[in-house]
Amino acid sequence: MPTYSKSKNNKDGKRDFLIISTYAMAGIGAASVAWPLIDQMNPAADTLALASTEVDLSSLEEGQAITVTWRGKPVFVRHRTPEEIKLAKEVSLDEMRHPETDEERVPNEKFIVLVGVCTHLGCVPLGQKSGDVKGQYGGWFCPCHGSHYDHSGRIRKGPAPTNLEVPSYKFLSDNIIKIG
Amino acid sequence: MSKSKFKNPVVKWIDHRLPVFSFMDHELNHYPTPKNLNYFWNFGSLAGFALVAMIVTGIVLSMNYTAHVDYAFDSVERIMRDVNHGWLIRYIHMNGASFFFIVVYIHIFRGLYYGSYKAPRELLWILGVLILLLMMATAFMGYVLPWGQMSFWGATVITNLFSAIPLVGENIVTWLWGGFSVDNSTLNRFFSLHFVLPFVIVGVVILHLVALHRFGSNNPIGIDVKGTQDTVPFSPYYTIKDLFGLSVFLSFFAAAVFFFPNFMGHPDNYIEANPMVTPAHIVPEWYFLPFYAILRAIPDKLGGVLFMFGAIAVLFILPWLDRSSVRSSQFRPIYKIFFWILLLDCILLGYLGAMPAEGIYVILSRIATAYYFFHFLILFPLLPYIEKTKPLPISISEPILGGGSTASAFAVREKK
Repeated sequence: MPTYSKSKNNKDGKRDFLIISTYAMAGIGAASVAWPLIDQMNPAADTLALASTEVDLSSLEEGQAITVTWRGKPVFVRHRTPEEIKLAKEVSLDEMRHPETDEERVPNEKFIVLVGVCTHLGCVPLGQKSGDVKGQYGGWFCPCHGSHYDHSGRIRKGPAPTNLEVPSYKFLSDNIIKIG
Repeated sequence: MSKSKFKNPVVKWIDHRLPVFSFMDHELNHYPTPKNLNYFWNFGSLAGFALVAMIVTGIVLSMNYTAHVDYAFDSVERIMRDVNHGWLIRYIHMNGASFFFIVVYIHIFRGLYYGSYKAPRELLWILGVLILLLMMATAFMGYVLPWGQMSFWGATVITNLFSAIPLVGENIVTWLWGGFSVDNSTLNRFFSLHFVLPFVIVGVVILHLVALHRFGSNNPIGIDVKGTQDTVPFSPYYTIKDLFGLSVFLSFFAAAVFFFPNFMGHPDNYIEANPMVTPAHIVPEWYFLPFYAILRAIPDKLGGVLFMFGAIAVLFILPWLDRSSVRSSQFRPIYKIFFWILLLDCILLGYLGAMPAEGIYVILSRIATAYYFFHFLILFPLLPYIEKTKPLPISISEPILGGGSTASAFAVREKK
């Protein structure tokens, strides 16, 4: 450090002030130039404005499932059977990694709607097609790293940290939902 | 001022004003190099060759590639079928990545065996680890560009690693993607970064070489050069040896490019990316498999990610983890055994990374991961306290020319 910064001389105090404020201004300036360059990588307005998706469930029979696209991701819709609903409601929350009741996750108990992306590392779990492996709990199974989800899309076994995400959606009529 | 060593008047004129010729003469011609280097010292220059080959083929590939989700896959197929010599250029680039990693991994294990990371070469080693990290980022993004199924799902899985970060993880992943899934924005930025990062690597390689030439190469005995009797000029001795090594390397490389170009790839990447269907078995490129095995060995998302990055992080601090003052394994009888165990452990991790994450493979991955960290975090610091090292030779010349009975006396001094 230069010796003048330690001096009690008035002039040198002014010099310290000038140096510190110059650095501060340069720092603020650099940060405000950097921010647009960093933030341009976040989703653009057109990506954010991606239309919501409407799905007609009237042709979906009990036990059947369909996959629709929303924001570039698969969304699972499954028409659950009474046994599946019963299993999803009766299971104790104590044995779950991410405890949530079936009622919290499925407003209309017949139709379960989930973002079909494993919460571990983003693979699409199996279980939508009739021949698929559904895992030990009968819901969905992620083949990438072996996560098992139950009839409510809750993580029961494997590396995934949380339950399958429930997208925001509402019933426009008895059989039509709007996702997003 | 000494007289110029150049006869050519143009060279002399330029060199007086811009001493590039003096610099090259000093660093590539006269540069004193230990005379006992074995063939494991070829892999640095081979890595340099691979980097240049990747940049040259990459630039011409970019002239024919389209970074858009609707055209990327087709533009790569067009390169393979219609562009003049496109198949050759792409196969060189594709296999070049694998061969680049092969020579770099051998280069790294050479450093581990002969203790090349020890004082005063710590920064040389750290710059090398930085190059490895940059190579991994570049290779990962390059693999995404053909927009096949493995490209897409590899990108999805690897970018999702960042979602394990507490609080801001999801925001970081969205920022990396530029959307809510791997999509066109992601492909565009990966292309941009895949193009520019190799030039960043060139910059770090230059620093790596500056640090190397500060103290010169380490050598198989691992003791310092004592004088000119221990060295030979770089040219012609090592320029010729490097060129011979290069011709052997190119024989293997050409064999791969012409006879089994897809051996190290994955057939699923010849299926166009489909965001709705995950392939049954996702595997990264072979050079990431050991790290992938570590990721899957830990039954916790954040833990797995931390251990995976930790496997590289321990390399950065290795010069301070290893407490032994003896560089070369030739004089460390116990460490030498553990070195080979570490090499086998890494190969085992690579194998396990390619296997499904179930049953015995999970258990073996955990054992192999535990050994990896045991080796770096426990063995390196503690082994010097129990290991009795062999006496070091007096000089590099001594083991060749014979040093007589004074050898051991000097060796004792050497150890202090």
